[in-house]
Amino acid sequence: MTGRQLWSWLAVALGGLYFLLPLVGMFDFSMRMQRGVYSFQAYRVVLADPQFQQTFGYSVALALLTIILGILLVVPTAYFVRLRFPGLRPAIEFITLLPLVIPPIVIVFGYIRIYNTSSVLPLTGSWWGTNILLLCGYAVLSLPYMYRSVDTGLRTIDIASLTEAAQSLGAGWARILAVVILPNVFVSVLSGAFLTFAIVIGEYVFAALLNVNSFGPYMVWMGGNRAYEPSALAVVAFAITWACMGLIQLFTRFSKFSTARR
Amino acid sequence: MSFLDIRHLQKSFGAHRVVKDFTLGIDKGEFVSFLGPSGCGKTTVLRMVGGFEAPTSGAVSIDGRDVTALPANRRKIGMVFQSYALFPNLTVAENVGFGLKVAGQGKAEIARRVAEMLELIGLPQLGSRYPFQLSGGQQQRVALARALAPRPEVLLLDEPLSALDAKIRVSLRDEIRRIQRDLGITTIFVTHDQEEALSMSDRVVVMHQGVADQIGTPFEIYNRPATRFVAEFVGTLNLIDADLVDAAAGHIRLAGVPVTLDRASPGRAGERISLALRPETVTLGRGGGDIVLPGRIAEVHFLGPVIRVRVSVEGGGSIALDTFNQADRLPPLIGAPVDISMSHRDLLVLAA
Amino acid sequence: MTTITLSLPSARQPRQVLSWFGVAPFFLFALLFLILPTLNIVVGAFRNPQGQVTLENLGKLLSPSILSAFWISIELSLLTAVLGCLFGFLIAAAITLGGLPRPLRNAILTFSGVASNFAGVPLAFAFIATLGRLGFVTMLLRHWFGINLYGSGFNVVSFLGLALTYLYFQIPLMVLIITPALEGLRREWREAAESLGASGAQYWRMVALPVLWPSLLGTLALLFANAFGAVATAIALTGSSLSIAPIVLFAQIRGDVLNDPHLGYAIAFAMIVLTAIANCIYILLRMRAERWLK
Repeated sequence: MTGRQLWSWLAVALGGLYFLLPLVGMFDFSMRMQRGVYSFQAYRVVLADPQFQQTFGYSVALALLTIILGILLVVPTAYFVRLRFPGLRPAIEFITLLPLVIPPIVIVFGYIRIYNTSSVLPLTGSWWGTNILLLCGYAVLSLPYMYRSVDTGLRTIDIASLTEAAQSLGAGWARILAVVILPNVFVSVLSGAFLTFAIVIGEYVFAALLNVNSFGPYMVWMGGNRAYEPSALAVVAFAITWACMGLIQLFTRFSKFSTARR
Repeated sequence: MSFLDIRHLQKSFGAHRVVKDFTLGIDKGEFVSFLGPSGCGKTTVLRMVGGFEAPTSGAVSIDGRDVTALPANRRKIGMVFQSYALFPNLTVAENVGFGLKVAGQGKAEIARRVAEMLELIGLPQLGSRYPFQLSGGQQQRVALARALAPRPEVLLLDEPLSALDAKIRVSLRDEIRRIQRDLGITTIFVTHDQEEALSMSDRVVVMHQGVADQIGTPFEIYNRPATRFVAEFVGTLNLIDADLVDAAAGHIRLAGVPVTLDRASPGRAGERISLALRPETVTLGRGGGDIVLPGRIAEVHFLGPVIRVRVSVEGGGSIALDTFNQADRLPPLIGAPVDISMSHRDLLVLAA
Repeated sequence: MTTITLSLPSARQPRQVLSWFGVAPFFLFALLFLILPTLNIVVGAFRNPQGQVTLENLGKLLSPSILSAFWISIELSLLTAVLGCLFGFLIAAAITLGGLPRPLRNAILTFSGVASNFAGVPLAFAFIATLGRLGFVTMLLRHWFGINLYGSGFNVVSFLGLALTYLYFQIPLMVLIITPALEGLRREWREAAESLGASGAQYWRMVALPVLWPSLLGTLALLFANAFGAVATAIALTGSSLSIAPIVLFAQIRGDVLNDPHLGYAIAFAMIVLTAIANCIYILLRMRAERWLK
């Protein structure tokens, strides 16, 4: 083994220790609810908690809706910008980068000021309005990831030829987008979607400041009031993040495989 | 002992032997090409000479000192890569001066040498540019200047022209050879392009499956290929089957016509042997030599200065030949009966 | 007699209009839910409750408590950005240049993808479970090594604890960004430098680091912004016991502490300015880096 390899192993080992210990710690803690024995008691308690079921179900539904909204917003835009308005590219890229530049807490602060009960569009005043605002906020958060993955996907296919081919067969715009373009960038859309899911599912700041009782605020509430359940929740959240990233990897690998065989 | 001496070099990657017992002596100032298809081991030999790859066994010495165990940065070897490998963060002048700066030379001395080198490659005005602002040909010239600036004892060129356009390739080829001659620097040039190897080199090493099949001047390599691989890899070639009548006397039968070869042939009477024949040694019509074969025109390819004609020979098989294009004469017609002629001296008997 | 009608694609004018309908929703959405809210904050930072233009709000930022909150935030973000860059670089260098087995490299990159997104509330829980008063490592150190972590003044609910927690997503982000840059270092550069007589150290000083420099600095800026805007992790870990800028703003918005919306505007505005500066540095340097590594 060369000296360089030795140092590399050392760096990776130390890194591994730092990254694995919190995972082990969180898992270990989540198993200690019953004195003296390892058990899944904390998980049972959490899963049986109607609050958990309700907030988690809500967050999952919201995440799915965010993904749909994101796709509806980003796919046609990215498509038309590539096909018809290449001049708009810098503007779109700037806008989609903004959510990374402006801290989320600032964006939600702006919502509260603009859409409060005394404004023209009093979204925060009603249940529906608040949900729509939260949905839109999450769609904003997901813009950088969604746009970038869809745009990367579009770059790999010849959308001009595909569009002309579909047009010559008599397809309209909606049909072209839904039947021709979307399936061809499906894998890219999916990786953006999973990333969005991972971000939205445990999001706290937006939900808390808009007073929505979703999974994020529920976790914080648990953290303040219980000992072992938060660790169980953290394990669940980690598993979800892991699953999302794993699925992205799986789909991109699958797509590489299929293009290689084509 | 030669200036650059490569003795019994071997290299294995795992169980795969890439270079098998490679021995070569190169004189001071000589330009030697390693020619072969990709994967033949030519680049591996070059990298072992450069110190980037440790040989499994064997030795390399330069000017009498054994450098086999010396790391690359102490070998005094200049290297030019296929991908130019200019440092992107340094200007052209800084790139060229890199080796001098590393060697701890003074600013004035570096500036003087850099100017001299840029003059040598004909780009004196580009010193302050960055690599990404240069064309491929310019980048490769700068890479050459960078390699030569610290006055290396040996220059290694690893397919330096392969990434360039055809036109630039030819002009840079001539320029590399000119600079090499001017400086008298011992050079190894790795390529898979036979035209490059033949036109530039003092000697060519044709490599095949980790072995040097033949080492010789371009003239020898082309006209007297030692193995079937060399004959097939270098230039285009007709391969003709013939029947051996008397091996010792060199009597054979070619498409039914008796022919006597210059030399004794390997093999025994009654066996079929392979003969090789360059297209340019065959003449359309009689008068091209002592062997005359009747046939019919099968294909005509107009290539510009030459016309390549394929003739089906009456006794079986077909032979390709080249004739010069002449504006006042139409190319031969397909199907027309012709005689072709050649000299028995141009027939090469190939080891099986 | 049959007539063949050739149906040409619809004329240019209507198509162009249709295309505008394709992009219009996006711009409307961005305007309503991104641009206007942000502009509202920016404008509000320069207005007093009566709607007059003023610098008074920004002046209030200079009050000791808010100034110190920003200062702690900047320190925290800078520290975790620098350490994240350093350790991330070492790990990325180990997996790209260190001659480690390929599957390990892929595994580490996948894990980095997960860990860089494993921020927020659950991450805080993981660190409480690990380094809290009854945490895994705390107990481990006490029982096996006789080290009393909390006796020595450590607390996970502190600047140090927060920094350790932030590094959990900062380091992997660095690994993800810098690995491609390290892989962009071509083997030929190193070999060319060697053949010209350079030592390994000289190669790194004169070629590799200058080439990586824009990426390194750019990632530093990105990590800074990343840490600066993180709220959920801090709130879940420390409650509101550690006064950093985003937590002050959070409390401000909730109306728990102060009730001056225009001070909130000013804090938010200052946050935008700081992260925007960091991100602009990142984007500018990124463009330079890509010019070299194309």
